[in-house]
Amino acid sequence: MKRYSAFAIAREAARYHTGWERAWRAPEPKKKYDAIIIGAGGHGLATAYHLGKNHGIKNVAIIEKGWLGGGNTGRNTTIIRSNYLQDPSAAIYEKARSLYETMSQDLNYNVMFSPRGVIMLAQTHHEVRGYQRTAHANALQGVQTEWIGPQRVKELCPIMCIDGPRYPVLGGLWQARGGTARHDAVAWGYARACSDMGMDVLQKCEVTAIRQENGKVVGVTTTKGDIDCDKLGIVVAGHSGVLAEMAGFRLPIESVALQALVSEPIKPCMDVVVMANTVHGYMSQSDKGEMVIGGGTDGYNNYTQRGSFHHIEETVRALIETFPMISRLKMLRQWGGIVDVTGDRSPILSKTPLENCFINCGWGTGGFKAIPGSGWGFAELMAKGYSPLTAEFGLDRFKEGRFIDESVAAGVAH
Amino acid sequence: MLILTCPYCGVEADETELHAGGEAHITRETVGSSDEDFEDYLFQRQNPKGIHFERWRHVYGCGKWFHAARCTNTLEVFGTYSAQTTEPPKDIRDKISGKRPGWSWGIFS
Repeated sequence: MKRYSAFAIAREAARYHTGWERAWRAPEPKKKYDAIIIGAGGHGLATAYHLGKNHGIKNVAIIEKGWLGGGNTGRNTTIIRSNYLQDPSAAIYEKARSLYETMSQDLNYNVMFSPRGVIMLAQTHHEVRGYQRTAHANALQGVQTEWIGPQRVKELCPIMCIDGPRYPVLGGLWQARGGTARHDAVAWGYARACSDMGMDVLQKCEVTAIRQENGKVVGVTTTKGDIDCDKLGIVVAGHSGVLAEMAGFRLPIESVALQALVSEPIKPCMDVVVMANTVHGYMSQSDKGEMVIGGGTDGYNNYTQRGSFHHIEETVRALIETFPMISRLKMLRQWGGIVDVTGDRSPILSKTPLENCFINCGWGTGGFKAIPGSGWGFAELMAKGYSPLTAEFGLDRFKEGRFIDESVAAGVAH
Repeated sequence: MLILTCPYCGVEADETELHAGGEAHITRETVGSSDEDFEDYLFQRQNPKGIHFERWRHVYGCGKWFHAARCTNTLEVFGTYSAQTTEPPKDIRDKISGKRPGWSWGIFS
């Protein structure tokens, strides 16, 4: 792999850009791999990357039904933060956030990580108490956050109306090292690094069955034929239930649509990320100038990657009260993704009833920010059978009642 | 906009008039049930890509709970029926069979 650098740009500029090579190979599947990852989204690719980087397992295939990063990795609002209440959540999300800091250098691929800061608004007294508690918990967890008053919120985000009639801003939980990154680049950067380690990224290759013998996984059947493996990782977000059915177990998960939208591009007006959980909306401004807006999930099971229009309306209506200047913005486009939501709103990174088959799912509405930490922990789980990062996120917790209850802690926006 | 007919009051209701209540026909566990049964009851879901039987409540209407048969992959609605039953009625199952031969959902087909 040729490294990307300022020198490489100068060299290619001098020869009419004829020397750039493909970022990753497009190989045909081999008969057998040490490990197969189903799903070439951020979490799947990060898992493969860390299997190779941290554990030396490089005979790996990443199988993707569609195209690379075309699911929720390419559909989210790119927010990165780690200000969670529960210890296991804070640990894995903070690991992820810290890995985002050096990801561009590690992957030699510019993921445009922008630690511009994230404010989570408190607009009810209940939220004030909740976020103050989270700030204290974060101090103990080593996650840098602070509770700030309404005037400081206004300084950080001048376009905000803090004395709105229905939901005045009473303060916020501020994480200065949170921010955004370019979602596509995260998937592409990992794919390029994986391909460079000799791994095969197999796009447009759908898994149609999971083959097993004596309770152990032996391989998968795909639209490009049978492929054998020693270990299998299922990392498919919204379609986790479909893959689990192929493997012969059920999951405590329901798949629902989550939508986002962007406005026409405007001049820079907002250099932080703002999340408003009471009114179900969050917003940031992209480098192109579009206001990127996300809301809450639809209420019913759905696999169509489309949501209901009235949810968009509710989100925008709520945000206009806090950001009056966006009322005259035209919205450019709107889309949906299928998110896998668990009973306690925390992910599952776990062994499964099928031996040597592992599952990483349930990230629901908050997966993008966790990608590198999830890959780090899940790779360790697949390679060694145990990871301190994923230990609390096992499937057993639903039977044992040992929840990591972020549904109370994180509210709706995630 | 999803439109469902409330089987109690007969109103054709937009989804904004309704509240989704998740999977239908779940057996309620109680004192004396095993941990596994409780886990099934509280958390395990069919979550199919296809035919789904589900609960809805006509919140901004008559207030009654009812059931609907719907496809999660196309959003096609096959019909609604009373919540006072442990299984989908035959006419709805036949209607689904007519359009989706070979379908199944848990113990129903």
